[in-house]
Amino acid sequence: MNDALRETLSPYRHPCGGLKLTVNGEACVLRCSGALWLPGRQTLIASDLHLEKGSAFAARGQMLPPYDSPATLAKLEAEIDALDPRAVVLLGDSFHDSKAVSRMDGAQLARLERLAAGRDWVWLEGNHDLDALAGALDQLPGRVVETMALGGLFLIHEPQIEPAPGEVAGHLHPAARVAAYGRGVRRPCFVTDGRRLIMPAFGAFTGGLDVRDPAVASLFATAPLAALLGRDKVHAVAFDRLS
Amino acid sequence: MTTPRTATLPPLFADWFAGRGWSPRRHQLEMVAAAEAGAHALLVAPTGGGKTLAGFLPSLIDLAERGPRPETGPGSGVHTLYLSPLKALTTDVERNLMTPIREIGLNIHVESRTGDTKQSKKQRQRDFPPDILLTTPEQLALFCAWEGARDYFADLKCVVLDEVHAIWSGKRGDLLALGLARLQTFAPEMRRVALSATVDDPQKIADWLSPSPLGGEGVRVVLGDPGAPPVVDVLVSEGRVPWAGHTGIHAISEVYDAIRRAELSLIFVNTRWQAEFVFQSLWAINEDDLPIALHHGSLAAEQRRKVEAAMARGDLKAVVCTSTLDLGIDWGDVDLVIQLAAPKGASRLVQRIGRANHRLDEPSRALMVPASRFEMLECQAAREAVAENAFDWEPEHTGTLDTLAQHVMGCACSEPFDLADLYAEVTTAGPYGGLTYEAFEEVVDLVATGGYALRTYDRFARIVRTRDGRWTVRNAQMAQRHRMNVGAIVSAANLNVRVAGRRAGGKHLVAGRKIGEAEEWYFEQMTPGDTFVFAGQVWAFQGIVKTDALVSPAVDKDPKIPSYGGSKFPLGTSLAERVRHMVQDRDHWRVLPPDVQEWLELQAVRSAIPEAQTLLIETFPRGTRHFLVAYPFEGRLAHTTLAMLLTRRLDRMGVGPLGFVVTDYSLAIWSIRPMDDLDLDALFEPDMLGDDLEAWLEESFMMKRSFRNCALISGLIEQRQPGAEKSGRQVTFSTDLIYDVLRRHQPDHLLLRTARADAATGLLDVARLGQLLSRIHGRIVRKSLDRPSPFSVPVLVQIGRERVGGDAAEMILDESAEALIAEVMEDAPEALKGAA
Repeated sequence: MNDALRETLSPYRHPCGGLKLTVNGEACVLRCSGALWLPGRQTLIASDLHLEKGSAFAARGQMLPPYDSPATLAKLEAEIDALDPRAVVLLGDSFHDSKAVSRMDGAQLARLERLAAGRDWVWLEGNHDLDALAGALDQLPGRVVETMALGGLFLIHEPQIEPAPGEVAGHLHPAARVAAYGRGVRRPCFVTDGRRLIMPAFGAFTGGLDVRDPAVASLFATAPLAALLGRDKVHAVAFDRLS
Repeated sequence: MTTPRTATLPPLFADWFAGRGWSPRRHQLEMVAAAEAGAHALLVAPTGGGKTLAGFLPSLIDLAERGPRPETGPGSGVHTLYLSPLKALTTDVERNLMTPIREIGLNIHVESRTGDTKQSKKQRQRDFPPDILLTTPEQLALFCAWEGARDYFADLKCVVLDEVHAIWSGKRGDLLALGLARLQTFAPEMRRVALSATVDDPQKIADWLSPSPLGGEGVRVVLGDPGAPPVVDVLVSEGRVPWAGHTGIHAISEVYDAIRRAELSLIFVNTRWQAEFVFQSLWAINEDDLPIALHHGSLAAEQRRKVEAAMARGDLKAVVCTSTLDLGIDWGDVDLVIQLAAPKGASRLVQRIGRANHRLDEPSRALMVPASRFEMLECQAAREAVAENAFDWEPEHTGTLDTLAQHVMGCACSEPFDLADLYAEVTTAGPYGGLTYEAFEEVVDLVATGGYALRTYDRFARIVRTRDGRWTVRNAQMAQRHRMNVGAIVSAANLNVRVAGRRAGGKHLVAGRKIGEAEEWYFEQMTPGDTFVFAGQVWAFQGIVKTDALVSPAVDKDPKIPSYGGSKFPLGTSLAERVRHMVQDRDHWRVLPPDVQEWLELQAVRSAIPEAQTLLIETFPRGTRHFLVAYPFEGRLAHTTLAMLLTRRLDRMGVGPLGFVVTDYSLAIWSIRPMDDLDLDALFEPDMLGDDLEAWLEESFMMKRSFRNCALISGLIEQRQPGAEKSGRQVTFSTDLIYDVLRRHQPDHLLLRTARADAATGLLDVARLGQLLSRIHGRIVRKSLDRPSPFSVPVLVQIGRERVGGDAAEMILDESAEALIAEVMEDAPEALKGAA
């Protein structure tokens, strides 16, 4: 099938089982949605939701659609429906700015309550939402933590230069590009060397930083693996195959 | 009409003409008469007829007769506003206009203003307006967003629009028409004057120009005398025309000889990459070291200025160029225009030929070099079209709503507006004559809060109602940001091409000197180390850092040639029709070279010659695949859309389509199972333009691109922000995300509808496809063949040019054109062997 035709025919869609690997001995499933599933602990992790990014821009005069929070929460809801996790950890920058919660629609706040009901719901602090979480916890379900140890994994928002073993972090919004057959495809991705893992941004309006940028690349001593989010599959791509 | 059509010049001006040994031309006097009658006027005349002077003469006369000009107050403002689609043209016109002003000794103050004009000069122009201000449509949009615009233009007597044919039917034309409506409100007596190259239907431009309730009636149309008919030749290299191709490079040595014999040649090609390729090829055989230069839109501006200056000085022998030199700048005494590969449109060809010899009474000389046999037919058709003064016709155009949104915001930045008053004003602009009040309100809502069904942004509105019910911009900062983003040309996602350097001891590449700009997609297909030609040199691609593509000089003398993808322009409507008729008419074949005639004969023997009102479809097996080739002759855009829709249907029918390619003349689809027994009438049923089109469009990258433009133009997204300039590259990424979210949550949003309409006209040519489908309905001629026909060779060769992978790699795609031609020629009648 040539490119022109592939572009034309509707894509085939299958439910995404994700890519299985271990990070510091802990079994991990990297999901197409960009979330991380820990089957052994029935825990779902998603990073950088940036809820209310659209309205943050609108407040400054750029009227981005007010539908990013519903879109992001719908995606999270689908993952929760599929996996029924015991715990959900949101790995920081869940809200785009300090006033995000106050701009949020009542319906979406209610949706959060519904999703959190009956499970351990953890907001991990990020740089964007420190104040949002501190100021609006009475309107939100769950608890707030700074970092969190989970078996062999250590969850933290911002990746550290000297990481704890099994560090799982977000913050950087990694994305990678693969070129083949005369065109390039750019997608958000997980980045891991088996010792640490950097998660893609989960939010509907979140852009990406190229994994070859020193901010990402310099975090790894040896070439890591990029796991690009496909439509129905997570594609593991060696670092030197990226462009 | 009761007023006289012609006029006599005042003695001062008559003497000046006489002193130069000239007499005023008929159309110049008619333009003066139109001014005396107070009528709006459209002048349609070929290049070299003193068109610009005709546009300005009435203003010069009026200003010469004017008494001393007051320093301030009434009568101290701009008298004539001149708008040109090209920045460079304003400088050129300023120079040409100063000649009569100086020689007649008139006390008239002329100044130009573009985005490049210094801030101090701009400020001075605001405080002390010149009599004649020369500028661009984008500046007019900016004027409309000025505080105090109403007072500034209160004295305006005349606005002159140059090269209006190049601008009226697009979004820039919409913005210009809205700006004119605004100026007319400020200065009700203002005359609209437009200058156009020769076009198919001047009345359409007159309708656009006229204040809407009047229609074209409100504009006096003045037609210039035609110039001497141009001498147009078709170059047939060594008596042979190639079967396939789109560069015309086979004839390069004859092109070189033609350059050598002429004084100054312009070599027009259709894409930037073809320009690079041809430039490189000419220098490879440049034994005489002729000064041959390169000019296209990707080159850095300084480099283009240098080439233009060298042309003006007469230092050059030839310039390889793209449409950047189409419009009317006089850079030198060009005496030969070479069109390499077919021109794709009769109007474009005439415009380009007009570059040679700016004296009306001497014929222009042009040489066309067809790149393939179908192009040979096209060049012949173009030649006949030029001889008959036939032009491509423009489709109908209605004003776009994203552009209107930008204008509404501009008006709010200038002064508070009343909704009903602004609606009345907007509907006087030609393209917006049919705008409903509901649609207008919807646009205002888009400007205010983004136009979302979920009304959560009311408290952030960009424009708000004042106590007296009028609309105004929320604050000064919002107005400043709008002014930074005015204009209807959205720059494509371009990367700067820069020479790569390394800091001493550093590991990372750093960006050095800028050599130009190129579209992002071009570098997307490269991997570091790939070599390519740019700005006339061979470079090695190093990588992309932020918004720069870093390159280093390559030692490689044999660069990986960029993918050309044929012409940027699809085959024009009138040429397409001529080519279809030429194919059908055997008597007409005699004007063609013998090998092309025999190729046509062989097609008749092997398959069929399609009649102009039918559609020929051939099916044949080849290798392990089955092919369907159709010959609509409707241009690449319409063919691509058709092929996309057909393959979707074929997929549903279980035929297993594997791929498709298109040319300007035909399209080919290949599949796993045979297509000989398909119900072709059902396959080509015009209802494919309904649901199939909608469903496909939703997923299409074209929609995303189109949406990005609409979002930027309407001001939903800002390209430039105070402080940091957002690059096109970053904007592309985020608008795709916005598109996906908006499509799911509010599929009928105004901007999605606008983007869909834009994609349908601009990128998909849906209207033309619709005409095709109804033309051929019930008139499909099917030929089931056992091997490829002579006509199918160009499109089959095109398949081999595409870089393919996956399961397509097992196909016989990389074979040479020669092998294919040998197969087609096998067992050909003796008399037709010459077709090979």
